[in-house]
Amino acid sequence: MIKTTAKKIYIILIFIFLYAPIATLMVFSFNKSRTRAKWGGFTFQWYLSLLGNREIMQALWNTLLIALISSLSAVVIGTVACIAINSMSKRRRAIIMGITNIPMLNADIVTGISLMLLFISLGFKFGLGTILLSHITFNIPYVILCVMPRMRQLNPSTYEAALDLGASPVHAFFKVVFPDILPGVLSGFLMAFTMSLDDFIITHFTKGAGVDTLSTKIYTEVKKGIKPEMYALSTIIFVTVLLLLFLVNKAPKEKKERKV
Amino acid sequence: MKKIFLLTLCSAILLSLAGCGGSSGGENGEVIVYNWGEYLDPETIALFEEETGIKVIYDEFETNEIMYPKVEAGATEYDVICPSDYMIQKMLENDLLTELDFNNIPNAKANIGTQYWESSKEFDPENKYSVPYCWGTVGILYNKTMVDGTVDSWGILWDETYKDNILMQDSVRDAFMVGLKLNGFSMNSTDAGELETAKNSLIQQKPLVQAYVVDQVRDKMIGNEAAIGVIYSGEAIYTQRENPDLEYVIPKEGTNVWIDSWVIPKNAPNKENGEKFIDFMCRPEIALMNFEFITYSTPNEAARELIEDDDIRNSTIAFPDLSQYSNLETFQYLGEDADRLYNDLWKEVKSE
Amino acid sequence: MKNSRLKLLSSPYIVWAAIFIIVPLGMVFYYGLTDKTGAFTMENVIAMMSEEHAKALWISLGLSLVSTAVCFFLAYPLAMILANMNVSQHSFIVLIFILPMWMNFLLRTLAWQTLLEKTGVINNVLSFLHLPALNIINTPYAIILGMVYNFLPFMVLPIYNSLVKIDPNVVNAAKDLGANNIQTFFKITLPLSIPGIISGITMVFIPALTTFVISKLLGGSKILLIGNVIEEEFTQAGNWHLGSGLSIVLMIFILINMAASAVFDKDGEGGLL
Repeated sequence: MIKTTAKKIYIILIFIFLYAPIATLMVFSFNKSRTRAKWGGFTFQWYLSLLGNREIMQALWNTLLIALISSLSAVVIGTVACIAINSMSKRRRAIIMGITNIPMLNADIVTGISLMLLFISLGFKFGLGTILLSHITFNIPYVILCVMPRMRQLNPSTYEAALDLGASPVHAFFKVVFPDILPGVLSGFLMAFTMSLDDFIITHFTKGAGVDTLSTKIYTEVKKGIKPEMYALSTIIFVTVLLLLFLVNKAPKEKKERKV
Repeated sequence: MKKIFLLTLCSAILLSLAGCGGSSGGENGEVIVYNWGEYLDPETIALFEEETGIKVIYDEFETNEIMYPKVEAGATEYDVICPSDYMIQKMLENDLLTELDFNNIPNAKANIGTQYWESSKEFDPENKYSVPYCWGTVGILYNKTMVDGTVDSWGILWDETYKDNILMQDSVRDAFMVGLKLNGFSMNSTDAGELETAKNSLIQQKPLVQAYVVDQVRDKMIGNEAAIGVIYSGEAIYTQRENPDLEYVIPKEGTNVWIDSWVIPKNAPNKENGEKFIDFMCRPEIALMNFEFITYSTPNEAARELIEDDDIRNSTIAFPDLSQYSNLETFQYLGEDADRLYNDLWKEVKSE
Repeated sequence: MKNSRLKLLSSPYIVWAAIFIIVPLGMVFYYGLTDKTGAFTMENVIAMMSEEHAKALWISLGLSLVSTAVCFFLAYPLAMILANMNVSQHSFIVLIFILPMWMNFLLRTLAWQTLLEKTGVINNVLSFLHLPALNIINTPYAIILGMVYNFLPFMVLPIYNSLVKIDPNVVNAAKDLGANNIQTFFKITLPLSIPGIISGITMVFIPALTTFVISKLLGGSKILLIGNVIEEEFTQAGNWHLGSGLSIVLMIFILINMAASAVFDKDGEGGLL
């Protein structure tokens, strides 16, 4: 009895630790005073002025666009790579997985700098394109990491059976293999999307003029004081995701995702 | 199967590359502006776009030192940049700037006071490359309720009473300016001994410093987080408006008088649009809008005439009479070796 | 035949990895091992031994080791509790730890600044309760707190994943054979969760070692970490050769980490998801 209470208290404390700053940010989004140093009373005005703030809306759009395109591309490239890696010899697989781990294990700052050096030497113009290429690069490993275990669990004979029964390889893949690895693909996509959304350091080194994501926009704003609209936007994003999460969990779901 | 995936891959790459050349700009092209953080009224950009049909792509930097490598690397091409005096000199020496065609910028010579063109000659000897945008000093901002007695010297930043209540500038030249001036040296010193002394002063000061910041001084001083901060004069009016307890002084040992000017880099893709932008910014009513928004002193005499509030038009903070101070200097570019020396010494201070 | 065709499928990824992973790292090595004229030099790497750099590296190592340890001791009990909670929805737990990431990382860290500041939220509450003020902003403690806060999920998730994978029958068997709880934990649970622990440590230690943002926001730029040195070499001092040289030294630590995770975690089992 005491033990379970202690456990509960421990979990609650960790959750307070994780969510206290987020609660603080949400409170600031209702602060009438422009500087976060003072509480100037309750207001909804930042939520309204957010809609008219061209820069923030543009940064939001860029962020979502980059997250979506980069995670989708990473899912395609990563899943295809998984199929191939799975059929490789142990040695080659180890080498490729080692390379795959580099962007994940390497320091963000080194990844960011190395990509910046690459783009400069290739004569690329920094902009949305360079950010996208970088995001795809660091997203692929997350996809492979999520899809690979699923792939290993597959029974290769089902795929071969499908081929024997006359299905084309593509058809067999989508009918037999794909449904089994789908949960891995989905969690890979989610992971990649989140990572892209939250990235600051790599974007910081590979972004060009006038192309801001929310992260880099915030980094510029940190110095002169964050605009309250930014708190409002973050609150909206957070609450939306939270609601989605609850809806997904409340909805009757088929038995899946037991062990990813 | 392979083809399909290769196709998907190719389209993914194409899509991502499309972003590179994607922004085609407004009906009359675009202009890429690289400016200090919150250094103009966003409303003026909207007006410019509306009037000219040129789309403004706007990017911000925090210090001259952050701006320079980006421009030098050339991976981002800017049309208009707003560096400070010594940085303009450095860019000129490294052949990064292009001559302006003043026929396209009639408002510049018409509205900007002659004394500012005169002082610009220190870094742009023939006034061919730059158009002054803002000017000011660096001084001490203090909170009257937290500081006793008169504040008139950099020495107060070394006063033990204010331990953990001092905000220092987190940029090489500004920090060393304070250290050098405190010891009575020129802030453009390249003398190893003098710099060593300044470095030791800064190291000695470090335990008293609450934080090294650049633009965050403003927010922290408004929020009563610190008693004393080193700040650009332009921020003084803004901070006083938000927190009446704050007071700005120019220390008696002298300080930095700086000018930030518009320049156009050599690799600018839209030079003419850049000149249009600079000209637009020199219009009296636009300069006035910017002054009222950012509260940095404007060299635009015509705009100053338009200021309605007498207190501000004659404010000694916004428009100080510099002749009453004797030790004022402007930063100069000191060459690559000196740059490295400053950087190394600053790193020693920071790692202490 | 079929196999070789399948292998062809890996070509897009291999090309991608070559261009965007291998070549960029090669560039870092190229810059790090040459000087401005392009001549070979070890100077930029040896520069790590100079007083300021060595000091920054030591402080970074110290702070990141401490925060990794704190993360581990906070995360392990938590992961155990969560793993034993018999929650039907594994993904829900994972998402709860990923959820804070949807609030931007810089904003979350900045929120800590607001909480910890001298006139910040926590101190206001403390003074209201007539308790002594908490003065850790702009000190190493604030940096550790920021690191623990930002990287804790990366420690919890892999450990949790490796714990839920342990077959309860193994644990029960140990108990049936007379092992008490403590013995079971040290003989069964802990050894079986080592892949998770290793990948947790990797995922926390490297970002903590190389961060430059947390020390800027919570350390008041008073504490120079190796990440700050490298970032400033690139963005301010403009000495890419020195910055790359120092990055090469950092990569040695990363290699050690990779080797460790390769030894203990062959199939990426202790992964994040």
